[in-house]
Amino acid sequence: MKNFGYTIIKQRTIDYDQFDGRLLNEVLEMEPSFKVCLSCGGCTATCSAGDLVSFNVRRMNLLLRRGETVELESEIKKCMLCGKCMLVCPRGINLRNVIMLIKKSISKYKLSG
Amino acid sequence: MKHIVIIGGGIAGIEAACALTDAGHWVTVIEKNEKLGGKLNNWSYLFPDFTPTEKITGALQEKITEKDFSILNNTEVSTIQRKNGKFNIETSGEQQLEADALVVATGYEIFDARRKEEYGYKIYDHVITSADLEQLLLPGGDLTVAAGKNPKRIAFVHCVGSRDEKTGNHYCSKVCCITGVKQAIELKKRLPEAEIYCFYMDLRMYGKHFEELYREAQEKYNIQFIRGRLSEASEKIDKSLLIKSEDTLSGRPLKMNVDLLVLLVGMEAGKGTANAAATCGIGCEESGFLQTTDSFLKSNFSEQEGIFLAGSCTAPMTINDTILHARSAAIEVDCWLSRK
Repeated sequence: MKNFGYTIIKQRTIDYDQFDGRLLNEVLEMEPSFKVCLSCGGCTATCSAGDLVSFNVRRMNLLLRRGETVELESEIKKCMLCGKCMLVCPRGINLRNVIMLIKKSISKYKLSG
Repeated sequence: MKHIVIIGGGIAGIEAACALTDAGHWVTVIEKNEKLGGKLNNWSYLFPDFTPTEKITGALQEKITEKDFSILNNTEVSTIQRKNGKFNIETSGEQQLEADALVVATGYEIFDARRKEEYGYKIYDHVITSADLEQLLLPGGDLTVAAGKNPKRIAFVHCVGSRDEKTGNHYCSKVCCITGVKQAIELKKRLPEAEIYCFYMDLRMYGKHFEELYREAQEKYNIQFIRGRLSEASEKIDKSLLIKSEDTLSGRPLKMNVDLLVLLVGMEAGKGTANAAATCGIGCEESGFLQTTDSFLKSNFSEQEGIFLAGSCTAPMTINDTILHARSAAIEVDCWLSRK
């Protein structure tokens, strides 16, 4: 068959009806301090990994809250767990624990992303 | 004639004293400093319309002279005791006062920016606070930085000592956002060549003409607003400062070299208010500001009958809000005394 170059494009819209919040809820339950992130970016500003590679620790919150578990799993590997983000965070979030909890549980949920 | 003692001679204390004198009461204001007017005396121009502070302090001074209430300056309250429905007050000057009602108007303290060590206040040469800048904005104020040059690039940091778990201050200080916009415009007027950046988390332009001033800062003065909280500042050998933040809207870390860094410091309840709470036997909220009985209908009432609250000892407040809160305190005192 002749290929006209047409394809089905994945919708860019965030479809909240398809949102799978299981991983998010698990992390929030184990580390409630993560509820209060105000997305100021102080963590990303000071991040040792983010200086060198395209790693944005603030975005981990966003990816988790949007159910983007596939991207989350590959991104989270870049964290070196140095903990500088925790020194800066104005909301006192235990980010290192958040990263560890995601690492531990993501394999259970990644297919839904 | 009833006697009312007001603790604190800032805007709230003066305003309440004037209103209560008008209502026919005898009023004594106890002020720990030499001069009445409180923190207002250290400010040069006021948001959102650049009113020179002298206009307000001058008007207050006129009122003070006209109303003729008693003032005990350089004085603090030592002890307060309740006896037969009256307050017996002993001052640091060993005066004894007997009052029918008390108004606490002890105000706030400016956040000590040294506590945010990562921003380098009092460590690096060209890191200043909004309170320091206010003095430099007066005619003749020296704005030069290293080697006597005018700063080419200036950054403002919002929320220093506010909305910050690390300093123990969870609350928003309310006045810093608009102060930053006002001071950025004033600096741009004085230094038209300079680039000015504001690093913010949220811009809270809630008051009358605040949003308009923000718009003017963008439209007329080309002030740049970057959404991100500074993680740190470090001084370079030429005394300029390297600052780090995330540009959260583009999702990438950002670094910038600036010649002057201005920290928009917030409000804290401070020692004066803590002491007043202890001597009066009234409660503080978690923020350190004084507890009001009801935030809607009894914002001037403490939990102790006969002790009323006025102004920024209850929460961070603008000058306008302080004046209104003090006037409402005066009405509450007057009503309470007439019911007694």
